[in-house]
Amino acid sequence: MTLVATSEPIAEVPPTRRARPIRDRFLARPSAVIGALVVLLFVVIALAAPLVAPYDPSGTNWSAIRKPMSWAHWFGTDDLGRDVLTRVIWGGRASLMAGVVSVAIALSIGVPLGLIAGFFGGAVDMILMRVTDALLACPFLILAIALSAFLGPNLTNAMIAIGISRMPIFVRLTRGEVLTVKVEEFVEAARAVGNPPLRIMLRHVLPNVLGPIIVQATLAIATSIIAEASLSFLGLGQQPPAASWGSSLNVAKNYISQAPWMALWPGLAICLVVLAFNLLGDGLRDAFDPREV
Amino acid sequence: MTAYLLRRGLVCLPTLLIVTVIVFLLQVLLPGDPALALAGEDRDPAVIAFIRQEYHLDQPLPVQYAYWIGGVVRGDLGQSIKTKTPVTELIAEKLPVTVELSCLAMLFAVAIGIPAGVVSAVRRGSVWDWVANAVGLFGLSIPSFWLGIMLILVVSVDLGWLPASGYVSPFEDPLQNLRSMIMPAFVLGAASAAVMMRHTRGAMLSAMRADYVRTARAKGLVERVVVVRHGLRNALIPVITLGALELGQLLSGAVLTEQVFTIPGFGKLIVDAVFTRDYAVVQGVVLFTATAYLLLNLAADLLYFAVNPRLRAEVG
Repeated sequence: MTLVATSEPIAEVPPTRRARPIRDRFLARPSAVIGALVVLLFVVIALAAPLVAPYDPSGTNWSAIRKPMSWAHWFGTDDLGRDVLTRVIWGGRASLMAGVVSVAIALSIGVPLGLIAGFFGGAVDMILMRVTDALLACPFLILAIALSAFLGPNLTNAMIAIGISRMPIFVRLTRGEVLTVKVEEFVEAARAVGNPPLRIMLRHVLPNVLGPIIVQATLAIATSIIAEASLSFLGLGQQPPAASWGSSLNVAKNYISQAPWMALWPGLAICLVVLAFNLLGDGLRDAFDPREV
Repeated sequence: MTAYLLRRGLVCLPTLLIVTVIVFLLQVLLPGDPALALAGEDRDPAVIAFIRQEYHLDQPLPVQYAYWIGGVVRGDLGQSIKTKTPVTELIAEKLPVTVELSCLAMLFAVAIGIPAGVVSAVRRGSVWDWVANAVGLFGLSIPSFWLGIMLILVVSVDLGWLPASGYVSPFEDPLQNLRSMIMPAFVLGAASAAVMMRHTRGAMLSAMRADYVRTARAKGLVERVVVVRHGLRNALIPVITLGALELGQLLSGAVLTEQVFTIPGFGKLIVDAVFTRDYAVVQGVVLFTATAYLLLNLAADLLYFAVNPRLRAEVG
């Protein structure tokens, strides 16, 4: 499943609504604001993990193996007696970092390539789009698994694999937006006064295609978090004993009847943060594209 | 029309060629000497020399590619380094299980997604719309493997209704096969159901605003007939093509579901190959999946062409 953001012309929008700034339109959607707040909460908790986590994430306790939820261990303990709450907090760091870094990789390769393809057209566009089509033909998870397998299983390589697998969407999206913007009068004007192509691309075209890219990036963080959890669940992402929601679930599935709390909390954390990013992305899309409001 | 179909088919060929290059180049990512990586634990120089010769690793990359693609064209995807079984044979053995799982998942996705999308659009702004949207959003946010683990806990461990894992061939025991596949198929199809719900809702909202629906209402047709015969029939056109694309996604999504429910399918084949460093199998599975995905894309286009009379009239 791939959610692709689109940018529609805003000619039919009533003037009063068009005049409202993006921020106001975003704040007018409660679900988007809730999504943003939940994302912010997860980011703060992840950054403050050493301060807020009650225990050492790798600290085993052989006298507290697979203990259910209690005042001492709010989310229970795992198969090695480690505190589940602590590992969910530290796992958030890995998941959020994987989501953001992999999308940053996808953006840093995909957006320039899309800009070049859309702006210059011709043979460059044709070659870049055929390669993009070929990458899009490889199902995202299968490609990410294969890349992780060949690069070696660890969190950094998982992020690279997810980033490369996500990149073609940004090439295609950026190219599409550039094709719309590059025929606008202000681009013609910039060209007419003698601006070099690179300057036109960076100063006039790029800022005007950023809206849909930001929306898509937000939604891509959500899917990348799930992808990192999936790779870690398969043993191709974060390696033990480092904490990760996906690898926690990989262990938890072996103790599902004896210690269901081991699977409950990391999974809920993934759901919540992914849901929050989806709400945030939907809200941003509506804010950037007033016809959706 | 035949020219259109041929042209559309031919467009796939360059993409497929680039896919083969990408899949081949995966082995370049192997850190260090690929022959050493392929040899795994075995560091015997004779074995490494044999591997280098066997896989043409002593040749330049374009020559290696030429050897490899020559084999692929003849249906030879190489052989498993671990079991010495041809990769095509392994894929042929595992594929039916995954295809069955994906088709059942698609049934769930269609059975849940389309009615939910229709109700949500027709009752826009009602509680039903809100519930369908919320469930759809959750469906997109829940990792399938976690949903699988939770369902095993409730349905298998607590209630004991369905088996938690394993696979029985439909030719051995059809009923037991269905019992073992219901839960995995639901888990795999949940996200697709959410996608279908959202698309059906969008397509229905557009269709219900169309002039022909207004005309149908003006003729005095009852609302159910307007919705089903005029709204849904037109809204389903893009949804049908989406279904073909989603089937491709299900084939890859099956990797996780098969891992959770220990189903010996295509997905389990690639995961096991990754851990045994059986790179030929990994390459073979990626190439096969990408080809299947391209063909499903083509099928989606052709299906769209077949069910859309306007497009057929345009092409002539």
